[in-house]
Amino acid sequence: MNDISLSLDTVWMLLAAMLVFWMQPGFALCEAGFTRSKNTANILFKNFVDFILGSLLFWLAGFGIMHGSNGEGFMGMPNWGDLTFYSGDLPVEGFLMFHTVFCATAATIVSGAMAERTKFSMYVIYSAIISLFIYPIEGHWTWGGGWLCNGADGSFMMETFGATFHDFAGSAIVHSVGGVLALVGAIFLGARRGKYAADGSSRAIPGHSLTLAALGVFILWLGWFGFNPGSQLAASGEVNRTAISHVLLTTNLAAAAGGLGTMIVTWIKYRKPSLSLTLNGVLAGLVGITAGCDLVSPVGAVIIGLVCGIVLVFSIEFIDHRLHIDDPVGASSVHGVCGILGTLMTGLLAVDGGLFYGDGWGFFGAQAFGVLIIDLWAAVCGVILFGAIKKLHGLRVDSRIEEEGLDVYEHGESCYN
Amino acid sequence: MKRIEAIIRKTKFDEVKEALLNSDINWFEYHDVHGIGQSREERIYRGVQYSTDVIERVAITIVCRNQFVDSTIKAIISTAQTGEVGDGRIFVSEMVDTWSIRTGEHGDDVLRDKK
Repeated sequence: MNDISLSLDTVWMLLAAMLVFWMQPGFALCEAGFTRSKNTANILFKNFVDFILGSLLFWLAGFGIMHGSNGEGFMGMPNWGDLTFYSGDLPVEGFLMFHTVFCATAATIVSGAMAERTKFSMYVIYSAIISLFIYPIEGHWTWGGGWLCNGADGSFMMETFGATFHDFAGSAIVHSVGGVLALVGAIFLGARRGKYAADGSSRAIPGHSLTLAALGVFILWLGWFGFNPGSQLAASGEVNRTAISHVLLTTNLAAAAGGLGTMIVTWIKYRKPSLSLTLNGVLAGLVGITAGCDLVSPVGAVIIGLVCGIVLVFSIEFIDHRLHIDDPVGASSVHGVCGILGTLMTGLLAVDGGLFYGDGWGFFGAQAFGVLIIDLWAAVCGVILFGAIKKLHGLRVDSRIEEEGLDVYEHGESCYN
Repeated sequence: MKRIEAIIRKTKFDEVKEALLNSDINWFEYHDVHGIGQSREERIYRGVQYSTDVIERVAITIVCRNQFVDSTIKAIISTAQTGEVGDGRIFVSEMVDTWSIRTGEHGDDVLRDKK
């Protein structure tokens, strides 16, 4: 019986890994749709190179850095493709695959924010660094059993907050890290030519296909059904079958509520419901629920989704109109802002331990501290990485290449012929 | 012999086409054109409001004998008219000569009905 249970758990984990892999085309189509047709081959290629490099490097070293050394210390040992260190019940190769697709998700978020103006060669370097170091190291502190998730008596988190940091499927660990890096990257790059008028007002640069963007978001929505329920890493037995059903429900409710929140806000604010923003709103709800999808009630999930969908509109406007940071697809708002928001709201709305359920500030404090540390790490790494690339080689293509499109100049082939 | 050029709404093209074929026109050319005019549409993309000044229309070019000019213009106006701003314009100009490449003939007769 135990053997069959483990097999069932393994199949569920592998199936979920395949669904999370399917988020890669979701990101690719979403980003391609929100950008202009002269840069489509470039943005598709960036999504491919994320997964190509992420798969190889996470197997080679990232997995060891994340899960090695029993969660002790700053980071685990790379182990260079040797997986024998892992001692869990699930088959290690399947477990590696599951974490590979999560690593690739974190990596691929950045490409959209840096679209239409980044040198492809420099993007390749960024993509390698996040898969090799930035993601695995903060992953070591959390899912690798490290200090932020160490619930042993006398551990730092238990002493300080009486609770450990909880991020079920990666609102903070995956999405906010990608979102913060996206924001830092977009700041170092500067805005696309023509994005801001001389008087500082923001101009619209419509993407070339909302059809592709909408299909991408639907694909991501489906992929999330592996991302969150799969993170239970088990399906057998009453506890697990109840948990994955609950997580699937909360995930879907938050996505729907996120889309609804954005639809209503844009309808009031712009007098017409905006599809381009509502697509982001669905993703905002999904990103927000990811941290606490196992702990919050269905009502809690709807609240998280609505808040994320509403905040998203103001966040995109603030980053664009006030800060003048050009993020063509809204990655920094969707993944950064809503990732942080979802992690914090888990501390408020967790049925067991949440502030709103009368369980005090402890768990909320742990959430706030955890997401602060993780995003501080991402921001510092981003500043060093993008700052160094900009200084040593230049991050951005020449203005002539940007005008004519990256497809022809960077890749020698165009998407539409 | 006259050349008639009409700029019409894209949405009215099918009706105008039928009307022209039902009158005495055997052949005309058309192409999609982009114009810039006073009429603007408010659009919103990702929270940024902007107005489009590019207007898409269809341009139709017809060359016909003098006696068919009035009926052709009537056919266009009766089908392309909505009464709202932006219905378009018709331009009529003199055509100096016409040659048939197949027969080598030229002049008004080339345009005569061959049915």
